Amino acid sequence: MSEVNITLTVNGEKRHVSVAPGLSVLNMLRDKLDLTGAKLVCGEGECGACTVIVDGTSVNSCLMYAVELDGREVTTVEGLQTSEKLDPVQQAFVDKGAIQCGYCTPGMVMQTTHLLKQTGKPTEEQIRRGLEGNVCRCTGYTKIFEAVNQAAEG
Amino acid sequence: MMIEYEEYLAATSVAEATQALANGNVTVVAGGTDLMVQTAASGRGVGTTLLNVRRIADLRGVTVDGGRVTIGALTTITDMLTDGVVADTAPVLAETADRFASNQIRNMATVGGNICNASPAGDMIIPLMVLDADVELSSWVDGAVATRTVALNEFFTGPGKSVKTANELLTSVSFNRPAEGFVGQFGKTGPRPALEISMVSVGVGGVASNGSLTNARVVYGAVAPTPIRASKTEAALEGTSLDDASIQSVLDVADSEVNPISDVRASDWYRRHLVRVMTQEVLESVANV
Repeated sequence: MSEVNITLTVNGEKRHVSVAPGLSVLNMLRDKLDLTGAKLVCGEGECGACTVIVDGTSVNSCLMYAVELDGREVTTVEGLQTSEKLDPVQQAFVDKGAIQCGYCTPGMVMQTTHLLKQTGKPTEEQIRRGLEGNVCRCTGYTKIFEAVNQAAEG
Repeated sequence: MMIEYEEYLAATSVAEATQALANGNVTVVAGGTDLMVQTAASGRGVGTTLLNVRRIADLRGVTVDGGRVTIGALTTITDMLTDGVVADTAPVLAETADRFASNQIRNMATVGGNICNASPAGDMIIPLMVLDADVELSSWVDGAVATRTVALNEFFTGPGKSVKTANELLTSVSFNRPAEGFVGQFGKTGPRPALEISMVSVGVGGVASNGSLTNARVVYGAVAPTPIRASKTEAALEGTSLDDASIQSVLDVADSEVNPISDVRASDWYRRHLVRVMTQEVLESVANV
């Protein structure tokens, strides 16, 4: 069919996009808006590498239709840094060496951002639960949890 | 694989959504967390029109009216975790929501979607069946929205199948406020705490007093083609003192009542083992209330 015109706010900027009804938010971000921070890994909501924040809530962008974003606000990892300095969550991941191959990192950073907004200073258990939907195959998670702690302290 | 839909509709009322359904060949999307995976894998059940019902504001939220609790179909699993009415009337639903998938999926997935997906392993279905819940199905008949009510216990007909017809929208699920002294418990087992599809899930409920349960409910997931009420197990449990010997005889009845298959997640004998172990755990926990 013909595509659907939607208007949404992406990282604070109003965008008009034409999307097929079956297109995922993830593929719209990557292929239509050149925002390649969110990653396609499993495509089934099991790994969290595609995590973005829609209207203040973290979601798997691979499981949401782009048409659903009409009139809504989405924040991707590209939208976190608002000055020359990295966002505190991003900086904490760098400081703690919580990144190896980096493929899970944008999703980890976005889910951490959501977690800290919900919980402020999460306990160790809350951090583990908060990141349960994000898989990392390199770090063994310890450094990631340290980074979340640092960001929460900051 | 991206599914090609010919048309997209974002309904903002039940009337609008049911009229669209009456025209036929519609795929309904609410949270989308099951739909996207299923359509990408197989194109299963895809109509030419994608109908987004997520914007029907009336269908999200939990209300209590007299003795009846009603959960709108679009209430998210995260809502179930945080809702005051749920915490007050049926905390077993919040406990189940806490075991559901991951934070991101709980933020998107809806109670109605979890029911309509009709998985034998659907988590929220189990405690709702323990609560004797009914679902409301809405359709467009003679120029108006008509509704019918179906007991959740009679809703499912097979894996992915239910009595809901193609022109019907599940609009809410409701149950009587549990009696004073009601205890509800939910248990599930999978390979890891998060994002697991239950190998076996169990829900038990009833009014606890003097170490026994009255008006007992026992529900299992992933041990039959649909979630099941285990009525013989309930009868064995009813009013029985929950000591070790009685629990063992209840477990024998439960074992005779489930009919699990072997699949990619677990073998039938392991599922039978889990039925015993998990039911025992839940009953011992109830006995100590």
